[in-house]
Formats: sequence, C-alpha cells, structure tokens
Amino acid sequence: MNYRGPFRVRADHNKPDPEILHPQDAIVRVTRSCICGSDLHIYHGLVPDTRVGTTFGHEFTGVVEQVGTGVQKLKVGDHVLVPFNIACGSCTFCKQELYGNCHESNPEATAVGGIFGYSHTAGGYDGGQAEYVRVPYADVGPTIIPEGMDLDDAVLLTDVVPTGYQAAEMGGIKKGDTVVVFGAGPIGIMAAKCAWLFGAARVIIIDHLEYRLEFARNYSQCEAYNFKSLGDPVVFMKKTTGGLGADVCIDAVGAEAAGDTMQTLLGRKMLMTGGSATALHWAINSVKKGGIISIVGVYGPINALVPIGNVVNKGLTIRANQASVKRLLPRMIEHVQAGRIDPKGIITHRIPLEEVSEAYHIFSAKRDNCIKPVLIPPKAEMRA
Amino acid sequence: MEDKNIASVKPFEKERENLADNYKHINGWGIDADPENEPTYPMKTYTGDDHNRLEWERPPLQIQTVEILKSIEHPRLTAVYGTVAPPSGLSGMIRRFAFKYSESTYAHWLPLVFADRINVVEGIVDDLAHGHIPNIFAEKGWKAEWKYNRQEFVQNIAITIAVATAAIIIFSKSKKKKKKSLFSF
Ligand SMILES: NC(=O)c1ccc[n+]([C@@H]2O[C@H](COP(=O)([O-])OP(=O)(O)OC[C@H]3O[C@@H](n4cnc5c(N)ncnc54)[C@H](O)[C@@H]3O)[C@@H](O)[C@H]2O)c1
Ligand SMILES: [Zn+2]
Ligand SMILES: [Zn+2]
Repeated sequence: MNYRGPFRVRADHNKPDPEILHPQDAIVRVTRSCICGSDLHIYHGLVPDTRVGTTFGHEFTGVVEQVGTGVQKLKVGDHVLVPFNIACGSCTFCKQELYGNCHESNPEATAVGGIFGYSHTAGGYDGGQAEYVRVPYADVGPTIIPEGMDLDDAVLLTDVVPTGYQAAEMGGIKKGDTVVVFGAGPIGIMAAKCAWLFGAARVIIIDHLEYRLEFARNYSQCEAYNFKSLGDPVVFMKKTTGGLGADVCIDAVGAEAAGDTMQTLLGRKMLMTGGSATALHWAINSVKKGGIISIVGVYGPINALVPIGNVVNKGLTIRANQASVKRLLPRMIEHVQAGRIDPKGIITHRIPLEEVSEAYHIFSAKRDNCIKPVLIPPKAEMRA
Repeated sequence: MEDKNIASVKPFEKERENLADNYKHINGWGIDADPENEPTYPMKTYTGDDHNRLEWERPPLQIQTVEILKSIEHPRLTAVYGTVAPPSGLSGMIRRFAFKYSESTYAHWLPLVFADRINVVEGIVDDLAHGHIPNIFAEKGWKAEWKYNRQEFVQNIAITIAVATAAIIIFSKSKKKKKKSLFSF
C-alpha cells in the first residue's frame, strides 16, 4: 500500500521490493497484516512527519524469504509473527525488557522506539501492509508461530493481545477491583478481557458506538455503557462505584477521542495539541483517590490537555507505555493455547490487500460493524 | 558527528560497588533506598543498567545511503533506521528546518505537520509527472461508502451539490448587483 495524504491510500504494484540494508535484517513475505487503531492516527494525518509514498502496517505475520549475514537464529522458510516494536535487544532499555522503548531503532526521535510503517517520527520504516517487508534485528523480534496456531490468532499477538494485556497489567489490578476501560475498539475489548485474568471483580467498558459495546458485552463478558446516554460520564462512574470512583481506569482510546467539543477542535481539527484527551480526562476524574491510570491510547508528541492538578491532589499513579510485545509473548501464547484468550474472535473483516483503500475507509468510518480488519496479500493462502 | 558532551558521560556502573564511599560527605546517603519501590515493575526488569548511559555494546551500524534527519536529542545515529521517502523538495526543506529544534519544541513539530500537507501536493504532482492521474475517490475508499452507507453518502453529495449551486447563484447575483450600482452612479 502507498500513503498519498490524509484519508488517501492505495494499492501500489510498482513499489520496489525491500532489500537487506543491515546484516541483522530479514526480508519477510507477508501472510497476514492487520489495520490498527494506531494506523488511523497516521491515516488521518495526525502524526507529524508522515511522508507521502510510505507503507503502513505494524501487525503482520510472514515467511522469511531472505536473511542478512548476521542473522543466526532465523532461517529462510520460518513462518513468524513480528512484534510491532523494532528492538535491538542490546541497548539498556531492551536489556531491561522495555522492547517498546529501544534506543537503537529510531534516529528521528528519542521519545519513541522504531515501529514498522508508522511515520518517520517512529523511524521511517515501511510496514507490513505489503507483500514483502524489511524486518531489522531479525533475531530479536520475530517469533516462530507455534505449531497448530491459526494465522489469524498469530497476527493478533503482534500487537492487540499484548497491548490489551499490558493495559490491564499496568493497572496493577488487585483481586476484587473495579476496572473501567475507556474505548471499545480492539485494544479496549482485549484490555477488558484481560482485566479478568488479574482478578477484577467488575469490568466496565465505555464507548459511544452501540455495536462495539454489544460486541464487548459478549466477547469481554463485561458491562458496557454508551457515554452519550450517561450524561456526565464521571458522575455516572462515581455513582456506580459506590461513590469513590473506580480502582483502576484504562485509556484505550488515545488522541482521537470524541465527547468534548473543545478537545476535538484543538486536538483533532486544528492539531494544536497532542490530540483530544477526552478519555484520559475522564479516566483521571473517574478513578478513586490513590487509584491507578493505565494509558495505552496513543497521543501525539505535542502537549495534551489533561487535569494534571487532579492527578496531584488525588495522588494518582499513571502508568503508560507502548506495549513490550516480546516480553509478553510467551505468556500470551500460553493464554491462547489454553483457550483463555481467543484473539481471532475479534476479527470481523478479511479483505484482500488490493482493496486497502476500502479496508481503511470501513475501519476508519466504523462501517459494517467493523471491529478488526485483516488484510490478506495476494500470494498468501486464505488459510494456512 | 557524535556529540562529545553526551556520549562521554562517565559510566556509572564501574563505580557502583563503592558508590557509598563517594558520598561519605552526605549524612545518611542511601539509607532509605528501597529496591522494592520500583513502579516500573513488571514493565521493566530493572537492573540499574540505565546508569551506564550510552555505553552498551552496539549492534553493527547500518551503512547510510540516504539522508536521515536525526533528532538533536540523539547524540548519534541509531544502529538501524528506515530509508524510505528521504526528505525532498519543499517539504524536505521544511523538515530539515524542523530537525534543527528538539522534540520538546513546537518549532520541531508544527513545521513537520506543515511539511506533511505540502508533501501531499508534491505527491499529486509526482503522480502526474509519472503519467498517473490519482483517483482520489478510489483512494479514499468511497466504494465502501457506497456499499455500506449509501443513503447518507447520496444525501451528502446532494447537499454538497445544492450548497455549491446556491453559492454560485448568490455569487453571480451579487456580481450583477455590483454592476448595476456601478452604472447608477
Ligand atoms: N500502547 C500501545 O502499544 C498501543 C498499541 C496498539 C494501539 N494503541 C492505541 O490504542 C488506542 C485504541 O486502539 P484501537 O485499535 O482499539 O482503536 P479504535 O479506533 O478501533 O478504538 C477506539 C475506540 O474508542 C472509542 N472512543 C472515542 N472517544 C471515546 C471516549 N471519549 N470515551 C470512550 N471511548 C471513546 C471509539 O468509538 C472507538 O471505538 C489507539 O489510540 C491506538 O493507537 C496503543
Ligand atoms: Zn497496532
Ligand atoms: Zn534496543
């Protein structure tokens, strides 16, 4: 695929195939590639330094076609799932398992590690919504897909499952806690699902798209409310949690939150802030004193508007990060194999890569009850 | 290219064993340090390695073949990076300007956003130069809009046409009026 400007992407048959540029590179032939809520931020033109002509896609599986001279573990023919973070494995952050914060993969910025197909602000790499992709540090990230695992499950282990899980993990959930998740997209739905694994007694999910709330009720087995019909969502949250507020609030919305005109205007229309921080604002105000806020929703690099005074006065703990996919993978694979998490259950659309323009539109405009779309390149078998 | 000031920060690790000795002049140094008080757990497996600063064993360095804009907060180029769409044209000039400022400033980010918009126009020019007329409707995925949201889609187009027609009528009327008033002088 080829990005041409906000809301414009197209299938491109003329882009040259990627080449090995570093001894630890591999070239991977893509077999599955998802579109993520994060892709919407770049598709909508909200992430600075998103250059025309680049290819998006950070959630993909594929077969290794070629390896550089320095690659030792990965072999041609291996079918791998590739974490969305590009991580060297040897910098101080990688060594401490902060694979989402690698310091050797993104020259353009220090605040964020390298990410496949996610603008030059995240390293200027082409992504996996393509037939072939260059995968740096091939011995670090790529993980062989376990025997018998469905490709549709495997591709969701590259981002959605570990991100949802880490959202719950960062919440420091204790048995009996009430957990509120803002956002019923793939990430929020997965976070709500995972909150149970940590012993939550009540899980509540908030969104304004009725079909997603309905989906979450079934898939995440949680309560689901439409903030449009709640009046003031913060007051509702206080009331429903016995007056004090939730124990843990998770922001799984990020920069494109709806629900507040001023935030939307400044953050999404005028691009004067790092995004519309409405969900985070509600999270801070809905959690109890001494509570924990976990943020996985993505924001731009510029200041966002949040009630930081309340964070101080309420003694809140904020924990946030890009998911460290590699750190979590072994545990995630166990959960999938034990049937505790059913990743492919959230896939609603399987679309040929050729129809990438339509796929983006469907996911972005939330048409046809879309939860999670996966793109299938022409050379990939529909089932493998 | 390396920024000596940052890269040469003295590695802390080597001194860690006898760290306490270095701070004998501070009464009570370290007595309340609590290794359990580690709010980044379990995200991070804290080893204290951060105190070695940039002194890790680096992967081999990618050979630079295209222009890479490096954040001035990085003392050196990272070992790998993407090489797609190097800065070019007017947008490239603006991006180069932006990278003179740190990630902590509007002077970095706002020009980049501006460059992105210019880059869209450059993209269209480039398409045309390659004999490709971009089908913007197709790129926007309107086929899907037609399929899943036909009613609103048709409605929106109708409204757009109506508004445009009204605007043209009003505009042409006011032009005529102006002419009349000119003549009535
Ligand atoms: N930290 C990470 O590692 C990581 C990884 C993947 C995705 N993300 C981020 O997580 C966020 C969610 O991703 P997704 O794929 O689920 O995206 P999505 O766009 O499908 O879902 C976002 C949902 O939030 C809802 N929403 C909008 N405003 C809201 C509000 N004020 N309150 C509650 N809900 C609101 C939307 O209706 C939508 O259903 C994005 O910001 C994405 O960039 C982070
Ligand atoms: Zn993603
Ligand atoms: Zn690293």
